[in-house]
Amino acid sequence: MTPKPKRITDIGPPNYEKFLPPVVKRNYGQWKYHEILSPGVLVHVAESGEKLYTVRAASPRLLSVHTIRLFADLADKYCGGYLRFTSRNNVEFLLTDEKQIEPLKGDLAAAGYPVGGTGRTISNIVHTQGWVHCHSSATDASGLVKSMMDGLFPYFAEEKLPAKLRIAVACCLNMCGAVHCSDIAVLGVHRRPPKVRHDILPNVCEVPTLIASCPTGAIRPATVNGKQSVEVIEEQCMYCGNCYTVCPAMPLNDPDNDGISIWVGGKVSNARSTPKFTKLAIPFLPNNPPRWPEVVEAVEKIVTTYAEHAKPFERLGEWIERVGWPRFFQLTGFEFTRYHIDDFKHAGLTFARSAHLKF
Amino acid sequence: MAEQNGKSKTKLLDELEKGPWPSFVREIKKTSDVSPTCDDLLGQLELSYEERKGHWKHGGIVGVMGYGGGVIGRYSDVPEQFPKVAHFHTMRVNQPSGWFYTSDALRTLCGIWERHGSGLTNMHGSTGDIVFLGTKTDELEPTFAELTKAGFDLGGSGSCVRTPSACVGPARCEHACYDTLKLCNDLTHAYQDELHRPPFPYKFKFKCAGCPNDCVAAVARADLSIIGIWKDEIQQDDAAVAEYAAKGLDIQKNVCEQCPSKCMNWDGKKLTIENKDCVRCMHCINAMPKALRPGKERGAAILIGSKAPIVQGALLSSVLIPFVPEAELMETLKELVSRIWEFWDEYGKNRERVGELIQRVGMANFLDAIGLDPAPEMVTAPRDNPYIFFREEAAK
Ligand code: SF4
Ligand code: SF4
Ligand code: SF4
Ligand code: SF4
Repeated sequence: MTPKPKRITDIGPPNYEKFLPPVVKRNYGQWKYHEILSPGVLVHVAESGEKLYTVRAASPRLLSVHTIRLFADLADKYCGGYLRFTSRNNVEFLLTDEKQIEPLKGDLAAAGYPVGGTGRTISNIVHTQGWVHCHSSATDASGLVKSMMDGLFPYFAEEKLPAKLRIAVACCLNMCGAVHCSDIAVLGVHRRPPKVRHDILPNVCEVPTLIASCPTGAIRPATVNGKQSVEVIEEQCMYCGNCYTVCPAMPLNDPDNDGISIWVGGKVSNARSTPKFTKLAIPFLPNNPPRWPEVVEAVEKIVTTYAEHAKPFERLGEWIERVGWPRFFQLTGFEFTRYHIDDFKHAGLTFARSAHLKF
Repeated sequence: MAEQNGKSKTKLLDELEKGPWPSFVREIKKTSDVSPTCDDLLGQLELSYEERKGHWKHGGIVGVMGYGGGVIGRYSDVPEQFPKVAHFHTMRVNQPSGWFYTSDALRTLCGIWERHGSGLTNMHGSTGDIVFLGTKTDELEPTFAELTKAGFDLGGSGSCVRTPSACVGPARCEHACYDTLKLCNDLTHAYQDELHRPPFPYKFKFKCAGCPNDCVAAVARADLSIIGIWKDEIQQDDAAVAEYAAKGLDIQKNVCEQCPSKCMNWDGKKLTIENKDCVRCMHCINAMPKALRPGKERGAAILIGSKAPIVQGALLSSVLIPFVPEAELMETLKELVSRIWEFWDEYGKNRERVGELIQRVGMANFLDAIGLDPAPEMVTAPRDNPYIFFREEAAK
């Protein structure tokens, strides 16, 4: 018998150093400044005088191995075989020859991966799995992103905004991705508790595990038709889907009650004002695939209103704080409802506790 | 399957192939030569678009031998209709720091995933991992064997150290106040056991941002946020400031007036910064990167506790240590992390993130437990309520 090869584990990721282009290695930590040459194209200048050109291209994040190979081929053709991805899932090509920028842009455009997303633009939308791959999704993330970015494309390809604008999509309250701190957050919401499938529950789930899975203690044991099952205390349920994760007899999906909420004014950067959470703009819009016209229209409304009224460098949330929330609702035409008033922990902190009023 | 009798079976999804933004539908369609699972994925997705609801379920722990994370089990709830995606598990592959690759490394990854999975990926997942989207249980071990042979390993999932991530840092950014790529890589390697074998009440994330611009959302998405900062004065090049002014930047209006600490003065010729009042927000440096740069005494601020809303509401990280010199970062973090984990392990409830634990027991008790002295940098203001629980030894 031939001995089995030793199983390799716990080696961790490969060391990044072997993936750094030579120009980066030579100037590591020695960058002096950068400029945006055109939307999607940056030049970083090192103390040594060497220049590194970055060409940033759009990506749907969900990539075929064929597309990754295409990127790899382009990296070979233009950048000595080096490339990287950004925290917002764009792909970046790292060049040393300025003359190669235009041909590379041409190849990318021809392949359908346009260049943009730097400076005062809308960069790629950070998003989650949605109906493509997650069990608790109240909507599809990829389809929403595609629909919104098609509409907002001019804001990706050109610097038309007062400052950068970051959009994120999450398909349920678990919020994989920084949607709670983006300029605009598009969030899938469930609005009804899971419907317990008493018929299959005893066969497919362990009741104690199921009860323990609920973060708010909304699930309690119940006997239904003489069989062990559970019931959900509806007022306590926050539609998180944890129970469905451990027990397929607790489906949460509900086409008419699931939908989308829109949040605005968050940021993570410390520039000027401190990082902030997004705040509710629209509590509910219907799921309307494949193009979600209501969502696209609302987001475009926010973007154009902001573009028209904010000062240079002002992020969306900074602009709203300067002009006030009443003005935001007035300018966008969005309705202010009872759902906009916080009733979770520390809700009072968002009450207007002064007589500072604007009319 | 995409077509039958000349008619497309994905009418709704076909709509999403149009328009200028790259289409995920096209990505899935063009991968069907790699694996027939792509056809059933499209079919099930079309069904979701028709019915306006998802068709995945969780359930059944899957993974590779000896690891408690890195694989997310995913099953179709309509397997009779779409048998090829009856099992469609995700593998998280730990990305290299800063998401840098060579074309060869990418081709290696593509080859592995073409042989063992759907050929579909996310570059990258929300936490930073390379995501291999969709395979069957019996392909997990062979994929893992090929990955490790090629020098890659799985990332985290479940109640473990999640895959740390870092901004591009000194590799390409003039603002980087410490080596984010190295720190991220060192942390990932230091905590391999905690990353692969979930030991905690819930997940624990590290994110390394090189400066307060925080391009990796460390302040919003990491239990421990390591944000680069400098201690001394902003480096200033007066000639370059004048150049920006000459080129039309309104320094008074767009730089000085937007400075949150109002510590800048521009008299039309000379820019003066009252550095002791600067909160290091980065605004002026972002506006004039050629003229202004972070100081020379560099390191990082360590903040703790951010998270998304589940369970008790979203939190941003808050200051734990205002400044650690770059040279002492790894040492300090290791010591700090071991004390935090010890306390969390003992007192944390199931599915309670560190930030929520701090909310529950109080920051002061948490500081006592991990042996840190309170400092005014940790709060925006001292308490405004009079319910102080004095300790026995303080009262006589
Ligand atoms: S946000 Fe919710 S539904 Fe979307 S991928 Fe994350 S857990 Fe799944
Ligand atoms: S959806 Fe969440 S809150 Fe509601 S019952 Fe299930 S686990 Fe509990
Ligand atoms: S966080 Fe700062 S150092 Fe890192 S990439 Fe962004 S601007 Fe550069
Ligand atoms: S970094 Fe921010 S606070 Fe400091 S001087 Fe510049 S604008 Fe003002």
